[in-house]
Amino acid sequence: MSIIDLSWWQLALAALLVLALAATSYLARLGMARSLLVAAARTVIQLALVGLVLELVFEIGRLRWIVLMGLAMLLVAGREVMARQKYRLTGGWAFGIGTASMFISAFSVTVLTLTVIIGPDPWYRPQYAIPLLGMLLGNTMTGIALGLDRLTEGVWRQRALIENRLMLGQPWDVAVGEIRRDAVRSGLIPIINAMAAAGVVSLPGMMTGQILAGTPPAIAVKYQILIMFTIAVGTGFGTLAAVSAGARRLFDARERLRLDRLVDTG
Amino acid sequence: MNDSAASGSLKLDRVAVGELEPVSLSVSRGQVVCISGASGSGKTRLLRAVADLEPHAGDCLLGDVRQSETPAHRWRAAVMMVPAESQWWHETVGEHLAADAADASAALDALALPESALEWSISRLSSGEKQRLALIRALLHAPQALLLDEPTANLDSDSVRRVERWLLDIIRRRELPTVWVAHDAEQIRRVSSRHYRIDNKTLREAEAA
Repeated sequence: MSIIDLSWWQLALAALLVLALAATSYLARLGMARSLLVAAARTVIQLALVGLVLELVFEIGRLRWIVLMGLAMLLVAGREVMARQKYRLTGGWAFGIGTASMFISAFSVTVLTLTVIIGPDPWYRPQYAIPLLGMLLGNTMTGIALGLDRLTEGVWRQRALIENRLMLGQPWDVAVGEIRRDAVRSGLIPIINAMAAAGVVSLPGMMTGQILAGTPPAIAVKYQILIMFTIAVGTGFGTLAAVSAGARRLFDARERLRLDRLVDTG
Repeated sequence: MNDSAASGSLKLDRVAVGELEPVSLSVSRGQVVCISGASGSGKTRLLRAVADLEPHAGDCLLGDVRQSETPAHRWRAAVMMVPAESQWWHETVGEHLAADAADASAALDALALPESALEWSISRLSSGEKQRLALIRALLHAPQALLLDEPTANLDSDSVRRVERWLLDIIRRRELPTVWVAHDAEQIRRVSSRHYRIDNKTLREAEAA
């Protein structure tokens, strides 16, 4: 089975359809035409750039470049985790906790999957390593951002309650226990839902892509299962680590609730 | 409730928090020290510092146990603060009370609350009921010193007297050193062994009325 390449004029046809949608939304006064076009343009530019970088990295295939690309992806994801929180830990902790948790979960799961399970030669072969890391980072990022946001917001709103529990002699981790559990739960719900609905409600993107590219469905399905599992593991452990570290940071050595370590970003 | 005696007097050793000048104060067993002062003068923050809920300078002692050398949650279990606005996290009152039923029902009875109060849902409590139940909840933890932040602020005058009598009885029986933040001059006269006022960022002993 050969892959049908898309030429740019074929994409231009699809772009015309987007333009038609933009024109329609303009006429219908939805006020969305501009953002639709900007988003479409960003898709073209960003993906084209990533394509160039990937072509380059695939060609060189050196571990050092792959690691560098992985780190760049990690830092962008860390920034995104921070940006998604209404109440942020001060002093670089919001970025630090998010990035460190993604590093230990997404990176170690990726390396483990590559070396032990898939086993390409060499193990860091970029065709496997980069998409795998990308999917893991993207999903752990969502889980960690949701978990930390839920944690800091919960603590902010329930400050009086936590302090009353402290006054009754509860250790800090008991006083914040329910909020912490809630936060981890909300980070894990998206991947659990995705696994539960996989194949029934929607065909997962990666599997669809592999099938389009000519992979037999039976193989595509196995890869999709593997990806779902690794995402669940990466998101789960990443969210647990981030929420635990975040909760710890909200209390000091004397088990006092330290809301002065949070800043309200509006 | 169990009658375990207090382990010693409560001493504040140059405790400083916020605007307030450093406070040194000794409250012996079974003694009630009242603190009054304009709102915003720092009474509550002083109590919070003694409970070690806020960063502060100075140290506190319960008997010969130092706050700074005790795990914080154990200090707070011994030197227990009851806030002006109590908070509740379970569905019913009873789930918050960690003690055997006999102790709880005796306390409910003393504060004119029916025994069925244990099954009440938190959402239907009035502020006065919450305040009385918060005092019961705290005392069932068998603390060794008390920090009370306006413990009768939401009560009608009958309840005020009843709560005062109940608290004083326990404080005397268990010999608990107690710091009691109060507004009402009559109440201060009724309950306090000594009375301090915060004036101009300084805590001073007030003249006996």
